[in-house]
Amino acid sequence: MLKDARARIIHKESWKNYHLLSLETPQIAREAQPGQFLMVRVNDQPYPLLRRPFSIDAREGNTVEIFFIKAGVGTAILAKKEAGESLDILGPLGKGFVIEEQMKGKAAYLVGGGRGIAPFYFLAQELRGRSVQPTVFYGGRTFADLPLLPKFEAAGFSILASTDNGSLGFKGFVSSLLKEELERLRPAYIYACGPEPMMKTIAALAGAHDIPAQFSLESVMGCGIGACWGCVKRIKTGDKAEWVKICEDGPVFRGTEIVWEGAD
Amino acid sequence: MSVSQPDLSVNLGFLKLRNPVLAASGTFGYGLEFAPFVDLDKLGGIIVKGLYFYPRPGNPPPRLVESPSGLINSVGLQGIGVVAFAEKILPQLERIQASIIVNVCGEADEEYAAVIDYLNKHDRIAAFELNISCPNVMREGFCPALSSEATYSLVRLARRTSRRPLITKLSPNVTSIVEIAKAAEEAGSDAVSLVNTFLALAVDVETRRPRLTNVFGGLSGPAIKPLALRMVYQVAAAVKIPVIGIGGIVTGRDALEFLIVGARAVEVGTANLIDPDATARIIQEIEDYCQEKGLARVEDIVGTLKID
Repeated sequence: MLKDARARIIHKESWKNYHLLSLETPQIAREAQPGQFLMVRVNDQPYPLLRRPFSIDAREGNTVEIFFIKAGVGTAILAKKEAGESLDILGPLGKGFVIEEQMKGKAAYLVGGGRGIAPFYFLAQELRGRSVQPTVFYGGRTFADLPLLPKFEAAGFSILASTDNGSLGFKGFVSSLLKEELERLRPAYIYACGPEPMMKTIAALAGAHDIPAQFSLESVMGCGIGACWGCVKRIKTGDKAEWVKICEDGPVFRGTEIVWEGAD
Repeated sequence: MSVSQPDLSVNLGFLKLRNPVLAASGTFGYGLEFAPFVDLDKLGGIIVKGLYFYPRPGNPPPRLVESPSGLINSVGLQGIGVVAFAEKILPQLERIQASIIVNVCGEADEEYAAVIDYLNKHDRIAAFELNISCPNVMREGFCPALSSEATYSLVRLARRTSRRPLITKLSPNVTSIVEIAKAAEEAGSDAVSLVNTFLALAVDVETRRPRLTNVFGGLSGPAIKPLALRMVYQVAAAVKIPVIGIGGIVTGRDALEFLIVGARAVEVGTANLIDPDATARIIQEIEDYCQEKGLARVEDIVGTLKID
């Protein structure tokens, strides 16, 4: 966990509103674990004031990658950065995905909705290195919302796609695709990241099939290091539920601990 | 002492600080969160997150929203309570050279007294800062900092209970902050710190709902600096006790503005969230300024605003 005020962008890829930046930051790359995140300062002006959190999408040697969609003031500024420029980052932050020893030789499903795919290339690599067989489920509204598909395919990962409009792969939500696949094969583990309703559905599916599951939660964050208590989620410990900091105690939590929002 | 190594220490009378930069309560956790990023020994002091007697759940999210050059929060003083603080956190702060100041909260005057009474025995605590002004936890729109009488009676009780110096942290959400500062002084407060956050509101025009679940929040950050500076200037001119300036300090020069208008020390808040090493950088920038201007002691700049 450190600050690198000069992490150089050495590569950038863009697809309409989606962007992938590779940052050269040796020490952060060395320490990074799948599911951890960076806090990125998009400029040195007082607006926007706060850093932005991004999952670490991949690690290659001295570099880490972040994948994001242009969604607001901060990401709009970040989207304009080019290779050769530097970013001020904090990382690696938070507690990432847990890979359990007993998963060796077994299958794991990694389910990403939209920009929620961000932590899964890194996780898939790590799982493969530990002899777990990952299958990636990648859902988006349309074909254009699945820009990382070729990256997973090129690395030889088994990947299933879904689009809301059927323009590519399964037609419907990625959680519906997962539901169908769970009828065929029961993986040892499920990892998911995406919009809250998607994760809530997947938590219910994992519960029904008695499959352990972990979820990477997203939140606006003040500091990313546990100081401001601005990013919280209801988390159960025993029979108590409390507001727990996503940045410090997460962003990854087990499905059984999370109190999901909205009606069942 | 040569100007090449200016003396950054400041004397609050009841407490001598290594330098005038304190980390503000609520933006620095319990201190330890920042150890990976900043040498805590370098700070003038650390004011830990506000403590109620019992653990406190805080407000439902969303708790944060940005505004231009500002941050509006409604965290609601979620915290671990005095027992966990004394048992788990304080021992870890033992070896840090910076002064440790505890920000004290309460639902009622008696709770403030209970927090102070419980923590009195811990020598590591250099002073208490009375948080009489958090906008996120007001009961029926009221907190003691909004009235001279309520401020006076709370500070009196705290004064009787406390075996440490007291700093009273004031709210800017009042007609005359000078009157409240005088009430705190009269009741025996050793210093005042100002300002806490400005009561604020942000609206989502798509949903026509407030952006914070708690509706109102407290505005901090560079946006409030000129407002805070004006209040610090007025209060410093009206009370004899030391004034600690707070509000949107991001650079050494921001801090110096507060010293020039009469603050003897400053608290750095929201800047810690953006840059966990902001305090150390600000201290360095103050030192650089002193060297550049040939100032042997930073204290010599306190209250030197020139008005023709």
